[in-house]
Amino acid sequence: MEFFLLSFFLIQFIRKRLETAVKSPDLDKMLVFARYFSIGLTAAYYIFNQSTFIHWLWYPFLGGIFWLLYNHEEYKQIRSLVQSAIPFIVVSFIGDFADLILPKKIFNQYDNYIETAKVFAGLWLIAFWYNSQKQQKTLEREREEQRKKDEVNEAKKDALEYLVNERTIELTRQKEELQKTLDELTATQNQLIQSEKMASLGELTAGIAHEIQNPLNFVNNFSEVSVELCQELEEEISKTAIADADKEYINGIISDLSQNQQKITHHGKRADSIVKGMLQHSRASSGMKEPTDVNALADEYMRLAYHGLRAKDKEFNATLVTDFDPTMGKVDVMPQDLGRVFLNLFTNAFYAVAEKKKLNKDNPAFASYKPEVKIITKLFGGKLYIRVSDNGTGMPESVISKIFQPFFTTKPTGQGTGLGLSMSYDIITKSHEGRLDVTSVAGEGTEFKITLPV
Amino acid sequence: MKILVVDDEPDVQALFEQRFRKEIRNGEFQFSFAFSGEEAIGYLESHASEVVMILSDINMPGMSGIELLKSIRKDHPMAPPIIMMITAYGDTDNYDQAMKFGADDFLTKPVNFTELKQKLQERYEG
Repeated sequence: MEFFLLSFFLIQFIRKRLETAVKSPDLDKMLVFARYFSIGLTAAYYIFNQSTFIHWLWYPFLGGIFWLLYNHEEYKQIRSLVQSAIPFIVVSFIGDFADLILPKKIFNQYDNYIETAKVFAGLWLIAFWYNSQKQQKTLEREREEQRKKDEVNEAKKDALEYLVNERTIELTRQKEELQKTLDELTATQNQLIQSEKMASLGELTAGIAHEIQNPLNFVNNFSEVSVELCQELEEEISKTAIADADKEYINGIISDLSQNQQKITHHGKRADSIVKGMLQHSRASSGMKEPTDVNALADEYMRLAYHGLRAKDKEFNATLVTDFDPTMGKVDVMPQDLGRVFLNLFTNAFYAVAEKKKLNKDNPAFASYKPEVKIITKLFGGKLYIRVSDNGTGMPESVISKIFQPFFTTKPTGQGTGLGLSMSYDIITKSHEGRLDVTSVAGEGTEFKITLPV
Repeated sequence: MKILVVDDEPDVQALFEQRFRKEIRNGEFQFSFAFSGEEAIGYLESHASEVVMILSDINMPGMSGIELLKSIRKDHPMAPPIIMMITAYGDTDNYDQAMKFGADDFLTKPVNFTELKQKLQERYEG
C-alpha cells in the first residue's frame, strides 16, 4: 500500500513539476501508464490475497522508474528530491528481504526495528518533500518577482532603445546634411579657385598683351615702311647709270629684302591678331546689356561658323539642329559678347565633328557617321539655359580640365589661339554672372551648358 | 605744317620720318619730336606760334597725354593747335577723357598710317 502511495505521488509530482503534459507529451504518456500500472499492481496485490510475489514486483517497477530518472537529463532538476524516497525503499527492501530469508522467529525479533526505520524514512521523506515544496513556492515567488522586475526592465529597455533609435536617426540625418553641405562647400570652393585662377590668368593675359602690343606695333610699322622703302630704292636704282647686270643683282637683293619684310609683316600681323584676342579679355566686361533675341543671335552665329568652316573645307557637311524656346522673347544680354561666345562654341563644335569625320574616313564602322551640331535654348525659372552640343571627337578628362585656360588649344599651330573658350568663360561668368559648364565623352561628343540669370 | 609728335618711345621719330619721307621732302609736313609731356610743354613755350598740330600718346611716364592736353588747353588758349590723341586699342576711358578735355581727334594703336596721312592732309588742305 505504501508503495502505491509513494509511486502515485512520485509520478504526480514529476508530472506537475516538469509540466510534462505540456512540455513532453510522450513522457507524459509513459508516466500516466506507470500510474495505471501502479494502480493495477495494487489491485492485483489485494485480488491475489496479498501475494508476496506481486509485492516483490514493486521493486523492479520502482527500480525502473529510478533508472529512468537517472538516465535522462530532463529529470536532473528533480533528482535530488526523488532521492529522498530511496531510504524508504531501501529500508522496505531490507525488511522484505529479511522476511524472505530469515526464519520467522528471528525476523519477528527485528520486525519492530524495521517498522520503526520505515516510519522514520517515511517521515523523513514527507518532511523532505514538504520542505522542498516550501522552497519551491519561495522560489516561484522570487521568480515571479524577478519576472515582474524583468518586465519593468524590459519596458525601460524598450523605451531607451526607442530613444536611442530616434537619436541615431536624427544624428544620421544631421550627418547626411552636413555631408551635403560639405560637398556643396567643396564644390563652391573648387569653383571659386577655378574662377579665381581664370580671372588672374585673364588679367595676366591682358597685361602681357598690353606690354607686347607696343613693340609689336613697331615691328609691324617698320616692316611695312621698309617694304615701301624697298620700292623707292628700286625706283631710284633704275634711274642710275649702273650696268644692267649689277642692277639686276641689286634688284634681286632688294626683292629678297622686300619679301623678308613682307614675311615679317605677315607674322607680325599674326601675332597682332593673337594680342587682339588677348586684349578682348580685358574688354569683355565693357559691353552694355540690351534686350536681345538670343535665338536669332545663336542662329546667326551658328550659320556664320558653319559657312566659315565650309569656306575652308568644301567637303565638310553637318546637320544643324535647333531647338529654340519660342516663348523666350527678348532677354537682357550683351549681344556682341554673347555672339563671340556663340561663335567660339559653334566653331569648336563644327571643328570637332569635322575632325571626327576626317579621322574615321577609312573606318567602315563610321561609314554612317552623321556630323550633327545642336543648339537648345530654354527660358525657365528666371534663368536662360543654352546648350550647344555636338557628336564630334569629344575630349578626355585631361583636356576638359584645361579648356578654359588661356592659350590652351588642341588645334594644330596657327589654327587656334587657345583664347576662344577662355574668353567665352570670362564673358559668361564675369560679364553675365552666369555659368559655363562642359561635359564631354572622348569619341562621343561634347556639350556646353550656359546658364544665365535674367 | 608743323607737327609735334609726343611719345615716350624714341623709335617713333624714325618711324614717322620714314613713313612721311615724301611729305617731309616736299615740304608738306614738318615734324618735331618730344619724348615726354614735360618736354612737349617746354618745346611749345619756345615755338608757340609754329606748331599747328600735336600728336600725343596718352600712356607716358611722368606727365600723361591727358595732362598735357589739359595743360595746353588751359595755358595756351589763344592759339589752340589741333590735338590728336593716340592710345592703346579699345581704351574707352581714355577716349572719353580725351574728348572731354578738348582733343580734336583720337587714334588707336597700332596707328594706321594710311588713315593718319589722310587725316593730316585734310587738315593741311583745310
